[in-house]
Parts: sequence; structure tokens; C-alpha cells
Amino acid sequence: MTALGRLFRTTAFKLALIFLLIFTIFAGAILGYVAFSARRLLEEQVNLTVNEEIKGLLSQFNSGGVLRLVRQIERRSHQPGSSLYLVTTAAGETLAGNISSVDSEGLLEAGTYELSYRVVEEGEPRPHRALVETVILPGGFRLLVGRDLDETDRFHTIILRAAGWSILLILALALVGGVFVARRVLSRVDHMTETTRTIMAGDLSGRLVVTGTNDELDRLAQSLNAMLDRIGELMAGLREVSDNIAHDLKTPLTRLRNSAEEALRVGDSSDAYRNALEHTIEEADDLIKIFNALLMIARAEAGNVLEGMKSEDASEIARDVVELYEPFAEEAGIKLVVQADEPISIHASRELIGQALANLVDNAIKYSTEVHDQNVEPSVIVSVVRDGERAILSVADHGPGIPETDTDRVLERFVRLETSRTRAGSGLGLSLVAAVARLHGGGLKLEDNHPGLKALISIPSVS
Amino acid sequence: MVSATAFLLDLAHKRSRHFNTMKILIIEDDAAASTYLDKAFREQGHVVDVASDGLDGYALASEGQYDAIIVDRMIPRMDGLSLIHGLREQKIDTPILILSALGQVDDRVKGLRAGADDYLPKPYSFSELLARVEILSRRGRSVPAEDTVYRVSDLELNRLTRRVIRSDVEIDLQPREFRLLEYLMRHAGQVVTRTMLLENVWDYHFDPQTNVIDVHVSRLRAKIDKGFDNPLIQTVRGAGYTVRDSAR
Repeated sequence: MTALGRLFRTTAFKLALIFLLIFTIFAGAILGYVAFSARRLLEEQVNLTVNEEIKGLLSQFNSGGVLRLVRQIERRSHQPGSSLYLVTTAAGETLAGNISSVDSEGLLEAGTYELSYRVVEEGEPRPHRALVETVILPGGFRLLVGRDLDETDRFHTIILRAAGWSILLILALALVGGVFVARRVLSRVDHMTETTRTIMAGDLSGRLVVTGTNDELDRLAQSLNAMLDRIGELMAGLREVSDNIAHDLKTPLTRLRNSAEEALRVGDSSDAYRNALEHTIEEADDLIKIFNALLMIARAEAGNVLEGMKSEDASEIARDVVELYEPFAEEAGIKLVVQADEPISIHASRELIGQALANLVDNAIKYSTEVHDQNVEPSVIVSVVRDGERAILSVADHGPGIPETDTDRVLERFVRLETSRTRAGSGLGLSLVAAVARLHGGGLKLEDNHPGLKALISIPSVS
Repeated sequence: MVSATAFLLDLAHKRSRHFNTMKILIIEDDAAASTYLDKAFREQGHVVDVASDGLDGYALASEGQYDAIIVDRMIPRMDGLSLIHGLREQKIDTPILILSALGQVDDRVKGLRAGADDYLPKPYSFSELLARVEILSRRGRSVPAEDTVYRVSDLELNRLTRRVIRSDVEIDLQPREFRLLEYLMRHAGQVVTRTMLLENVWDYHFDPQTNVIDVHVSRLRAKIDKGFDNPLIQTVRGAGYTVRDSAR
């Protein structure tokens, strides 16, 4: 598309054209009215002058008869720039006047009318128009007085020409203005388009220019920039996650492949094969668990509202989870305590909240067994308390805890603190808990339990 | 008049139960998966029909001659959920288990709402599927689910008085232990997996990272079997548990 073509297609230019059209029509109407009024005014003036002159000549005729009239006419006829005069007899014979030939057969008619006649200018006869009034005097004499309309016509032509030029000027100015405005807007939009193109091509760091005028294009640029920021965050998150997926899924996959290969290479008994196969299935199951957790988190983060959410008692869910883990804790030598007596209603999925709590309790028990301090009794406390409009479900242990600098990081998918990298676990536990909390309109917070870790899930309560 | 056919059918059912043989319909479009299932079930001595799409499956299932139907949720020509819905409309109450790659909480809810009896997300272990299908196929037939008293060997569980007695000695159980034993005894002789226990006794469908169920079962076992020569709660390697009179 040519530059001009593009210009004509802009909204700004189209708007300018429409505005121009409307403006021209109005300007034309006003100028036309002025021209028309001016012409009428001039013609009225001519009429009035002719009328006055006839009145004067009539009084001459009345006082001095036809001779006086003829004399008067002859005198007036020779003044330069004068009116047109003609006095004839009843038979049409000219007595006096400055019109040599009136284009009339015989008699002049009484009344006011336009008359065409010729004037010899610079040796050439030229047609002229005149407004004339003719009266019939006593005795059949006819008196004609008229004024040339040439001047009026010329004046009218000047007005019309002026109007035409004005309109042309308006058109030209508006056109230039329209092109100017359109090009200004177009250049900014072009710039935006260019920027978005480069961003689409893969450079997510590009941002639209905000001029600071806070006009609509600025606001659009700001919104687009905010959107790009969000997309950038998501992309960065996605990239990190996929890197982590690559790492955390490839590791067990490699182990799985290696053990299968080893069995094939050195396996010499059906027992060896059997063990290898069992090991393979175990590894595959772990992989499936990681996938399930990932799907769950993805779904929770997509914000899909789950079916089957209903009013549940947070305390009851906590007691159930503790009941499920109590024998396991006891076997591990950990005291599992539940403090959840007050019923607190939450709109929730029992399954998901249960799973989140189970994850936290599971973690807490496992980490508690790492501490071998005789002074601290290994215990895990699960509690549910009301905090204003929220239910706080917490799991606290006296395990090694998490350094404060890492509390945000561990909530990310797949992050396991390097020290515990070798322990089994997908590293998805805490991020899954956080995702479940978010899905329920709440959040997960990790605190120092002095010593140990206290994980708090906060969910809006319903009355 | 009870027709002879119905009588014979009933007899056939009793016989097949006696031989522990099930007639299973598998509706699955993935040939590798259905071949695998077909082979695995036949190895267990069961009879298998395979349909590779929804319409064929619906036609076969409509005959109502199966002990259990295993249906994939996403199959061509009529999806799994519509198929189940259609069968239930037709008053065909053959137990149905859905196999699905969609394993999230609300997928399960949708499946069960459509009229399925159980839902197993892919990938699954065959022992899990087998245990579930075996329990489904007997559901509501002869197992005295509605009986007040369950008996296995010298162990007796009364569902009304909530008392458990073994060899005339009353055993004191926690409420959850009672429910655990109740579920195991209702399906006495059948394998019950850990997931099934978690689902039916605790009503959770997630997979705990630790096998907390094992600890519960060993606690229960300590109360039931300690001091007796023939342990009734037995571990089935790679599958789960079963309550059975091992002396017989």
C-alpha cells in the first residue's frame, strides 16, 4: 500500500474529510445567503433611486409641462454616469433622452421591468441590462427612467467569486489539517504496530512509548504495556517451570532407563529381572505422581472453579487429616497434635484442602524426624483458628525449618532446597498447597516457628 | 412367573461366581490398551469382550450380560459419559468403571454423576483395576452388604451394635478402625487396594506421599490377629490387602 493510500485509510483522515464536508456545506450556505442578500439590497436601492427620480421629474412636468420636462431630461442626460432617460410622444417619437434606440416596437409599456440595451464602449456595442420604470403622462407622453444594472452585476460577481475562493481556501486548509492530524496519529499508531511486531517476533522486552499526554493512545499504550508485563512474567515462569520439568522428570527417567538397561546387561536370573521390573514400576509411579501434581497446580493456577465445592468445616477437615496421619506419626516417634475445636465454615473442596493439609503434615513429620535434639520434643501441631473473616489452617513443626531468604522460593514449582535435594519428593508439595490455597481465594504463608517451620493456609470463611 | 431363563441365568451367575469368573466388557479405542486389558483379564480366567467405539460398546452393553463394564471416557462415536447415561436410562445397572486420562477431582465427580460406579484415572496398575472390577462385579449380588453381621472364620463384626468379637473375645476398636475392618470384611476374600481403602474409609481420592494406610492396617492387624495362629488380614504383595480365613 502506498503512503498516501495508507493515509487515506486512517480514521483520523476520514474524520477530517467528513468534518470538512460538513463545514464546507455550512460555509457555502452562509456565503450564498450573504450574496443573495447583497444583491437584493442593491436592487432595492436601484428601484428606490429610479422611483425618486420619476417623482422629481413628474413634479417638473406638472409645474412646467412637457417642455420643462424635456429640458430637464436633456440636461440630466448629458451628465456623466447618469441614469437612462427617454421621453416619447404618444406615437413613440423620441423627444429627449440618452437612449438612442429602445428595443420596443412602438409604445413603451407602463411599469417596472428589466430592459436590454446596447452601450457603445470603446467603439464596440455591448449588451447591458437596466432596471427601468415607465410612466404614462397626461397627453400620452411616456417617460422612462432607468439605471444600469451592470454595476450591481459586477458587485454580485465579486461576492460570488470571493465566496468561491473562501470555500476553496477552507477546503485546502482543512485538507492540509486533516493530513497533518492523520499523519501524526498514524505515525504513533505505526510506531505501536512496529513495536508490537518486534514483540511478536520474540523480543518480549519491547515496550510501547508513552508520551505522557495521557490521551487515549497513551492509555492504550499503558494497558498494552501492562499486558506485556504480565505475559512476560508468565513466560518467564513457564520457561523456569519447563527447565525444572526437564530436570526433575529427566532425572527419574534416566534412573528408570539405567536400571532397565542394567538389568538387561547383567541380569542372569528371573529374580534379577523381577527386581528390576518392580523398580521400574516404582519409578514410573513416581513420575505419574509428579505429573498429577503438575496438572493439579496448572489447573488451580488457571483458576478453574472446581465442581463439588461446598460449605465445609475447616476444623473437621483438619481433624480428619490428623486422624489419617496419627498412626504414621506415632510410628515415626512424632507427637501429632490437633487444635481444631471451633467449627469454621469455608467454601471448599474437602478433597483438595485435605490433600494440601496432608502434604504439609507429611512434610512436617518427615522433617521432624531429622532433628535429634533431646531438649525439643518432636511434635507437629495442626491448628485451625478464626482470624476475622478468614480461617487459618496451620501446620507447625520443630524441624530444620526454612531459611527466611528461601521462604518465597520454596513455593515455586519444583524448588527443593539444595540441602534436601537428595530426599525423595517431587518438590511440588508446597507449590501444590499454595495453588490449592489460591484456588480457594486464599494464600499460603511460611513462618519461622523458632525453631522449625510453620505453614499457614488462609482461606476466607463463610458465615 | 419366574422364567426359566432368569433362573438359569441366576444359576449361571452363581456358577461363575463359584469359579470366580467374570464376564467383562471393555470399551476402549486404543488397540494396544484394549489388547493389554483383554490379555490381562483372560490370564485371570475372566471372559472378555472388546468394543472399539461407543456405539459398538453401547450395543453390546445393552444386552446386559456382563458382570462389569470398563469404559474409556474419550472414545469415538458416542463418548463414555453419554454411553453410561444411555445405559442407565435403559435401566441397565451393570457395574461400570470409567478409565480416563482426566483424573482431576471434578472429572471424577462428573463421571460418577453420569452413573458410573467407579473411576480410575490413567495410568493405572492392573492390580488396582482388577481389584476394583472384582469388587464392582459382586456389588449388590451375593455379598451380604446389607447383613447386620459379617463373619470370617472366628471373627465377627456387628454393624448395628458396632461390636467386634474374635473367638468370643470382644475387641475394642476406634471408629475409623471399625470402618476399616467393616470394609475389609464386606469384601472378604477379595483384594482391596490401599487407594480403595483411602477412598472408601476416609473418602479421599488423592495419593498420600507416604503409605499412611499401611500403618492403619498394621494397627488393626495388631488388634485382630495378635495372639491368633491364623492371621485374617493378609497382605497381597503389589496389590493391597484381603481378609480371608487362611486356615481353610
